[in-house]
Amino acid sequence: MQALPAKEEAIALLRTMQLIRAFEEQVRTLFASGLIPGLVHLCAGQEAVAVGICSQLRSSDKIASNHRGHGHCLAKGADVRRLMAEIMGRRPGYGLGRGGSLHVFDAANGNLGTNGIVGGGIPLAAGAALSAKRNGRSDAAVCFFGDGALNQGLLFETMNMAAIWKLPVIFVCEHNGYGEFTASDDVTAGGDATARGTVFDIPSDKVDGMDVLAVREAARRAAARARNGEGPSFLVCATYRFGGHHVGDKQGYKIAAEAMAWRRKDPIERLSHQLLDAKVVTSEMLAKLVQTVEAEVRDAVEFARAAPVPDPHDLELHLHA
Amino acid sequence: MPDDRTITYRAAVLEALFNEMRRDPNVILIGEDVGAAGGVFKQTEGLYMEFGAERVIDTPISEAGAFGMTVGAAMTGQRPVFEVMFGDFITLVMDQLVNQAAKVNYMSAGQFSVPLVLRTAVGIGANLGPQHSQSLHAWIAHIPGLKVVLPATPADAKGLMTAAIRDDNPVIFLEDRMLYNMRGKVPLSEHFVSIGSAEVKRPGDDVSIIATSRMVRVALAAAELLADNNISAEVIDPRSLVPLDVDTLVASVKKTSRAVVVDGGYKQYGVTGEIAATIAEAAFDWLDAPVIRHGAANVPIPFSKSLESLVLPDAQKLAASVAELLRGSR
Repeated sequence: MQALPAKEEAIALLRTMQLIRAFEEQVRTLFASGLIPGLVHLCAGQEAVAVGICSQLRSSDKIASNHRGHGHCLAKGADVRRLMAEIMGRRPGYGLGRGGSLHVFDAANGNLGTNGIVGGGIPLAAGAALSAKRNGRSDAAVCFFGDGALNQGLLFETMNMAAIWKLPVIFVCEHNGYGEFTASDDVTAGGDATARGTVFDIPSDKVDGMDVLAVREAARRAAARARNGEGPSFLVCATYRFGGHHVGDKQGYKIAAEAMAWRRKDPIERLSHQLLDAKVVTSEMLAKLVQTVEAEVRDAVEFARAAPVPDPHDLELHLHA
Repeated sequence: MPDDRTITYRAAVLEALFNEMRRDPNVILIGEDVGAAGGVFKQTEGLYMEFGAERVIDTPISEAGAFGMTVGAAMTGQRPVFEVMFGDFITLVMDQLVNQAAKVNYMSAGQFSVPLVLRTAVGIGANLGPQHSQSLHAWIAHIPGLKVVLPATPADAKGLMTAAIRDDNPVIFLEDRMLYNMRGKVPLSEHFVSIGSAEVKRPGDDVSIIATSRMVRVALAAAELLADNNISAEVIDPRSLVPLDVDTLVASVKKTSRAVVVDGGYKQYGVTGEIAATIAEAAFDWLDAPVIRHGAANVPIPFSKSLESLVLPDAQKLAASVAELLRGSR
């Protein structure tokens, strides 16, 4: 088990995970009430990966996210109001409400976008790493992808080039056991997913993705490698999505006992108990923390609901730079 | 221009690359065999010697990943020129091109732009067979957010490559490999041709022949043959498909009242259909005859010369079809 970080950082880790959970719960409610159209993919259960990784990044470091990306956006510093506005299709959103949940970009915080194509963000992060290396910066780039992307050719192509060119990129697999509605074990050869990195001589580690401190430590090592010019790393973070592939997925393919077992590993509960046991926080402080993030999310919902939708004028705006 | 010299189309593109790489350290070249090898058509020769491996980057044969990385590099400050060796291989980068590069500026509301050039060699006529001969630019021109450029002369090749590299959008730059040895006058100094500006390559009064890329040369030869028969053909080169200089095309058709469109891509659902429809919408009342289209035959491009030579119109066939159009509508 990892030693607890300093009080301030430990609380920040917990707070960001709680913010993501509260955000996703609100999104689920808004979707059910028809205020969010289309499709949304929630990351409740997977918060420790986004938060642990991003805790070791600075704003000039880049991330490329995926379809289950609200947590990555928030962990990288996104404004809660603007994120909610984008997901609700409102004009103050990051893309004027024209991208939605699957296409949230946040340049100020180094977010190259959530992505609607499984594996699509992987080479984008490597390209950002190439830029960082060319410009002599010590920035790193991270791509987040699920186990559903383990069989996309883009992953292998990008890993190969990242390895030969020693690019400062961190490949982060959020291994939640399912690619959409199919158990990844049923469709994935090669055993342990880390083998996909070691075949390219990329240092590849299995990480407990339900333990934010374990993820944070793995990210610290990978980021140091990247910043020191030692090349890419691959982290396979075992995690679980508490919900389905998207909101509304009935999840008939999941086994109840499996879901229950993972619920008991809830990363927020885990860190909360660690902090209580170490007397870093009191239960009153925890309750207050939850209230604070829930209020922040409610404020974002109110902001977004009151916000205008895009103008007809926005239809062709930004078609070209 | 005072400092014109006669150089090849290949050398003209290369000159633009040298100039822009000297001018802007963020311009980099990425592709297969572009480095020490100097390119499979010698189209990058010398760049590696001057700019080194850091700016002239040889990739593995891994088009999707390499182009995806190029998009990421363009989003983060580089101005890459990515080379797809044969235009047919553009299929391998299609997702990164269509779903990422074309849409990033729009989806991010301008937070990220994608200033890259994808250059590729196309063109029927070198016995390269069904998977190395196609001009698939109609697929690309279909996608909002991309610009599509296809120079027909050495001077345009230099001027449009300069413009493409300085453009803040993804620009697809199609070079007809059968033009690489074509010679023409090209300014020695900086030369910039605005993307979206058509050019009248030969003025005329009786018919407008709108031709792209190598078909411009065919159209000019056809115009010579027609002149012998007292038919005055105007030849117009759009030079870019997106944006399309509709005004120049329509002004010509309003003058001549007849239009023939010629392009090296497949005829079915192709560039010629789009241009013909655009003319019909804008100038129907001025037309004295239907708009005629010529494109590549709707077949996989055959290897054997006896069949390959039938795929595209030559000057004789084109001139005959224009003369036929005139006979029916004069």
